[in-house]
Amino acid sequence: MMCRSGRQQEPHDADGSALDAAFAAVLEDSAEELYENAPCGYLSTLMDGTIAKINATLLDWLGLEREAVVGRTRFTDLLTVGGKLYHETHFAPLLRMQGEVSGIALEVKQAGGGRIPVLVSSMVKHGSTGDPLLIRTTVFDARDRRAYEEELLRRRQAAEEARRQAEEARRQAEADRARLQDALAVLQRSLLPDTLAAVPGMEAAAYYHTASPDRLGGDFYDVFPVDAKRFAFFLGDVCGKGPEAAAVTSLTRYTLRAAALHDATPVAALSTLNTVLYDRYSAGGDPRYCTAVFGTLEPDPSTGRVTVRLASGGHPPVVVLRADGTADYVPTPGGLLVGILPSAPLAAATTVLAPGDTLLLYTDGLTEARTGEDRTSLYGEEALLAFATEHAGASPQAVIEALTGLLDGFGDGLDDDVALLALGVPASDHPTRTER
Amino acid sequence: MDIARRNNVTVTGNPQGPVVVLAHGFGCDQNMWRLTLPALVEDHRVVLFDYVGSGGSDLSAFSEDRYGSLDGYARDVVEVCEALDLRDAVFVGHSVSAMVGVLAADTAPERIGALVMVAPSPRYIDDEGYRGGFSAEDIDELLESLESNYLGWSAAMAPVIMGNADRPELGEELRNSFCATDPDMARVFARTTFLSDARDDLKSVRVPTLVLECVEDAIAPREVGAFVHRAIPGSTLVTLDATGHCPHLSAPDATNQAIRGFLAGLR
Repeated sequence: MMCRSGRQQEPHDADGSALDAAFAAVLEDSAEELYENAPCGYLSTLMDGTIAKINATLLDWLGLEREAVVGRTRFTDLLTVGGKLYHETHFAPLLRMQGEVSGIALEVKQAGGGRIPVLVSSMVKHGSTGDPLLIRTTVFDARDRRAYEEELLRRRQAAEEARRQAEEARRQAEADRARLQDALAVLQRSLLPDTLAAVPGMEAAAYYHTASPDRLGGDFYDVFPVDAKRFAFFLGDVCGKGPEAAAVTSLTRYTLRAAALHDATPVAALSTLNTVLYDRYSAGGDPRYCTAVFGTLEPDPSTGRVTVRLASGGHPPVVVLRADGTADYVPTPGGLLVGILPSAPLAAATTVLAPGDTLLLYTDGLTEARTGEDRTSLYGEEALLAFATEHAGASPQAVIEALTGLLDGFGDGLDDDVALLALGVPASDHPTRTER
Repeated sequence: MDIARRNNVTVTGNPQGPVVVLAHGFGCDQNMWRLTLPALVEDHRVVLFDYVGSGGSDLSAFSEDRYGSLDGYARDVVEVCEALDLRDAVFVGHSVSAMVGVLAADTAPERIGALVMVAPSPRYIDDEGYRGGFSAEDIDELLESLESNYLGWSAAMAPVIMGNADRPELGEELRNSFCATDPDMARVFARTTFLSDARDDLKSVRVPTLVLECVEDAIAPREVGAFVHRAIPGSTLVTLDATGHCPHLSAPDATNQAIRGFLAGLR
């Protein structure tokens, strides 16, 4: 209370006076003045579009004199041709049907030849009898807005174009991929024999499972004659995948075939391969190696038995399925990967196949297939031996078919290539077990 | 296929009366005929529909291939006539629809017995010895106008506009819906309409024909009305004291009188 004084009121009084002056100025701003110089264009037309009234703002935008417009020009005459078409096909019918139309984007022509993008709204004024009397229209300058919309439109078109190009690129990539897969399939087949050589008194069957059509596998096998009495066979697995593994596979396959013609003794053939791989790769600091079983078949026509001599370089042991319903691994311990050392320790073994017996060779893709609910267990050599025992006595073809079924059952647990080769002596006159 | 649903067919009026088919032009839909209907319903069976791509039609039936030519729209007309088994119907077509009617009458003469052409134009673009009123650039401008005006259209509104009105809460927002179309389909219809040339087809007309033109029409000028009248022997030309391209909306009384007079003369 003590502090209150007249002087403190002064600033407030001064503000009040300024405000009053401003209000007075607004009140002097007549409706006519407001209409003429509003920040938007106003016009009124007869129902046929003839302009009856137009404000100064719009005349200024158009660059036209009032006398040249009122009573002489129709609203559509102010529009570009495209706008006129749009007006006749959309704006006018809507206005007739709804009595009002708002926010339509059009362009008005300027006397100087320019164009102004505008937003137009119209409303029909009805007479006391309900008859339409005139159309009132407001015109807003939409230059900035249109530029913004055009920018959006451009972006959308660019996005659509990008999407179209991406789709095209995707199609192209798919076509390329299909071509590549075709080429890979041809190359893959070239690494495997078209047909297995017919060994007198024996049957042979093989199967190759490709884990991925995109990647060349590194497994290989073959059966071929060595001389008048003997045949040779091999099966192995090059470490790695893809084109480089395929190159090693190719070299391995042709080296073994050539080596066998020179000296078909299994250990000798694999030793030659070891030397070739070591010299070609490991010696140059780019070690590449494989595991392999190489063997010879010497049929004895008098007994119907076949002597199998084999050597293994780090490869899983082969299985023999006997006619009597048993099965066993032929152990080849101590053999080492072929191509990793200048001189490879190799393990040799011999077995004899009697009628009804089948020799099974496989790559570790089979025994290392992931099994179980969560795909964390490996199929393993024990399970394979049990499976082999179940099928002992069956023909090589039947054994391979059964194993193919087994592989299918692994589903996505099978993520490596698998090569299978079965060589058997057909059962003679005494009864044998057949495939279940 | 359910043609009645596809083309949003409405049948109204006097079931015993002669059949009148009302076909909308480029721009809006069958609502364009709201001021024409009262003059016809008492004595006539009136069939309204929307072309596929317009109004309440089934937009999923749209294909750029089919509706990229007037024949596609004429097939809509013939299929609607077949679905209702109409015979000797009077086909009233506005603007481009007048030409669609000519094509339909040629394809299915047993279905269409007379033509009323409201503000017709067989060709909008000028040609040697022919004034249609527009240049090719003008039509590009129209397409730009379509680009900047998605009347009553947004992806969210599409189901409502297509007639699957399971979202009534959107009903309030349906402003400008009479002219609502999918922008891409509107563009196809615009191109088909304004780039077409049906002048030669006029010669095929063998049925009584009424040509209605306006004193002032920015889209179909008087020369074009005269051209159509000359090209169809025996046709009647009536010039309505109306401005604009939609006399059935801007001068409904005069338009209705002319149509009723023509219909009466057919009996």
